[in-house]
Amino acid sequence: MKFDSLSAFLQMDGHGVYIWAAYGLTLIILAANVWFPWITRRSIIQAEKSAILKSMAIRKSKERS
Amino acid sequence: MLNWFHRLGSPKIFFEISGRWQFPLLSLAVLMLTGGALWALLFVPPDYQQGNSVRIMYIHVPAAILAQSGYVMMAGAAAVFLIWRIKLADVAVKCVAPLGASITFLALVTGAIWGKPTWGTWWVWDARLTSTLVLFFLYIGVIALRSAMERQAGAGRVCAILALVGVVNLPVIKYSVEWWYTLHQPASFSLMEKPAMPTEMWLPLLVMVMAYYVFFFAIWMMRIRNEILIREKNTDWVKQWLGGR
Repeated sequence: MKFDSLSAFLQMDGHGVYIWAAYGLTLIILAANVWFPWITRRSIIQAEKSAILKSMAIRKSKERS
Repeated sequence: MLNWFHRLGSPKIFFEISGRWQFPLLSLAVLMLTGGALWALLFVPPDYQQGNSVRIMYIHVPAAILAQSGYVMMAGAAAVFLIWRIKLADVAVKCVAPLGASITFLALVTGAIWGKPTWGTWWVWDARLTSTLVLFFLYIGVIALRSAMERQAGAGRVCAILALVGVVNLPVIKYSVEWWYTLHQPASFSLMEKPAMPTEMWLPLLVMVMAYYVFFFAIWMMRIRNEILIREKNTDWVKQWLGGR
């Protein structure tokens, strides 16, 4: 451990602002890279499932009439 | 070999195999990134010239490496698509572009943030910075071209050609620090040679570079799987797979 206290760790001899900004931005961009495909996947699954259900319902109503 | 190549080129088989890999790969990436970042923030000694700001190196250098390496992979996929017409390669080109653009953006911005305390400026029109900015625009170009040509026949080929043409920028980035030695320093880290840094500084960097690679492949895979689901939505196997969800 290269730091004696939490405040020394946060300040990093005056470079803290830069270091934490860079690490924060990295976290945001990497997290967004996980999040976007994740929600896309969910919405694809939902959309396709409802499309399949819809086509099944249409087929059934056609059979009835 | 060629048979194996064609098998993996089948969207269905790729989807099945990647389904088993994606979660372990993503978990490994998160683990390595967290470990590497903590190592870089807490245990790496401050640089004798740069002080603590050297800790930005551990997120900047891997991003810059991946920005270029990602482009090589995109161009490779583009070549495979143009030569063998494997559709999965076109999916791969489409899916890697936004990922590559975001990592290039990360390299540019973390570089700017690192530049302020070490060079005294956020940005200069230095050869390496400029050519990396061009790399970012090349990725954006591939994305924009794709979205402009959506649903048009031949969109994949045009994007693949653009991706391949952009490859000329890569040697420019690589040798920019030697051809025009302005502000950005030459590489002090290479996967092939012993780096000009003490072990306690380059070992965490190596971990971070590998972590970024694993992360890159995990996200690329997730994106390709989504695109496969969309393109193959009318096939029986996708309907069957959806039934199990």
